Amino acid sequence: MKEKIRIASGQGFWGDLIDAPYWQVTEGDVDYLVMDYLAEVTMSILQKQKNKNPNHGYARDIPPLMERILPVCKEKGIKIITNGGGVNPEACADETLKVAEKLGIKNLKVAVVVGDNIKDRIDEIIASGCELNNMETGESILKVKDKLLSANVYFGAFPIVEALQGGADVVITGRTTDTGLTLAPMIYEFGWGKEDYDLLSAGTIAGHILECGAQSTGGNLLADWESVPNMAKIGFPIAEAFPNGDVIITKHESLGGRVDIDTISEQLVYEIGDPREYITPDCVADFTSIKLEKVGKDRVKVYNVKGKKETPFYKVSCAYESGYSAVGSLTYSWPDALKKAKAADKILRERLNNLGLKFEEIRTEFVGYDSCHGPLSKQLDEDDINEVEMRVAVRSDDYESVRRFGREIAPLILTGPPSVTGFASGAPKPKEVVAYWPALIPKELVEPKVKFLEL
Amino acid sequence: MKIKLRDIAHARSGDKGDAANVGVIAYDEKGYEIIKKYLTVERVKKHFEGICFGEVERFELPNIKALNFLLHNTLGGGGTISLKHDAQGKTLGAAMLRMELEIDE
Repeated sequence: MKEKIRIASGQGFWGDLIDAPYWQVTEGDVDYLVMDYLAEVTMSILQKQKNKNPNHGYARDIPPLMERILPVCKEKGIKIITNGGGVNPEACADETLKVAEKLGIKNLKVAVVVGDNIKDRIDEIIASGCELNNMETGESILKVKDKLLSANVYFGAFPIVEALQGGADVVITGRTTDTGLTLAPMIYEFGWGKEDYDLLSAGTIAGHILECGAQSTGGNLLADWESVPNMAKIGFPIAEAFPNGDVIITKHESLGGRVDIDTISEQLVYEIGDPREYITPDCVADFTSIKLEKVGKDRVKVYNVKGKKETPFYKVSCAYESGYSAVGSLTYSWPDALKKAKAADKILRERLNNLGLKFEEIRTEFVGYDSCHGPLSKQLDEDDINEVEMRVAVRSDDYESVRRFGREIAPLILTGPPSVTGFASGAPKPKEVVAYWPALIPKELVEPKVKFLEL
Repeated sequence: MKIKLRDIAHARSGDKGDAANVGVIAYDEKGYEIIKKYLTVERVKKHFEGICFGEVERFELPNIKALNFLLHNTLGGGGTISLKHDAQGKTLGAAMLRMELEIDE
């Protein structure tokens, strides 16, 4: 058994810093590179892409990234784990193998985790008695079944462990939990069991610290953000994991950013609910058991983690069509910037009303004045306000209403309050709204499958 | 005496469906004792009047000197539906730090 392994985070979301994974594998030694690409809506976007082209449906950033990192990873023996396979992990694996072939790489084993996509099994699942009730409202999925775009089960670490046991150099999954990507190599390397709840929780918490990339190394830091060094070349987090569950969070020395108690604490509280019950498919981790200790420059030890047995359910993330939305904006300058913006909003609403358009919601916010903090914002005298952006957003099931709204923004320039600008990009176009439907499914109704492809 | 929350704590926020989560972390033990005593559910609910339209839940993490709050019915329907500029509640941690607390001593 290895005495420790180093797991590097390469992406915090699809769209994160493109160079980060390359830096992680070239600026120092690591054993694993893990990359999270999937947010709640990402699966539905990918499903739409796959509907148009059966070869799409995965994070298209991956093949060009593989071209840069595969030679390095193969040479250094770094294994790559990502959930960027989206709704088409097999196609993503095929593309990865094509890249490897082009680069002349030999003996590459790519594993694919499938079985999370249950969109085509909904009827069968409902027939078996599970109506995939919405976790927030309790309603049955039958309500939105006809508008369903995607339905994916969140798998945990164990399918990836199976892939690693099969000798995979690269593991590409569909909907796997962000935390499972980091936990899996620890289970595999240290031989942790399915009932080692404290150890599984320790690895899960390391995963939570890594899953948002540089958000644990000084990015988006409210504590003393100005003192974070070299943000331009910020280092993403690395988890140094030990067989007893201790983890040291660090980063490559040559890169920027910082790792200290403040940066780790902020990430620990990010998007959590009850800290005693952090539920994943692998375990239920207790965030109130975590101990943190600074053990060197840019090194924080995370230890003493406790956890409990996993629940009998997987979480399911479904997405369905829910009408259209559009956002229009115009900028008004001093003097009376806010007064002008408010008057423009009133005129716009009167026109929308006169046209008889139908909206579920019209929301107006004044960017630069109070769009972030609403009533908590400091009240300013008009004379102190230099400029205000009027931002109006609408949502409706009626496409035509949303389209016409977009057409009503520009006219305000010549038919409304003065000293207005900011319409260079043209009329806002209606965007399809994809709504999210979280549910639970008994674990026995789905089964992850691991497939291997070789070069 | 009156103190500014931002002098004794930092914060981070994000979305959980239509709820926002706001984690508040004290810089030291003394600060944690203060937030534990004065940053009550009622105080936070009042602070976010006009922003949070639902229940406020509070959880303690004494091990990292932090409190976690869930502000329900806050994000205009949640991530993808929300028409809000800050649809994910990313700036609500900073909004929390606007708070001033009247403390004994």
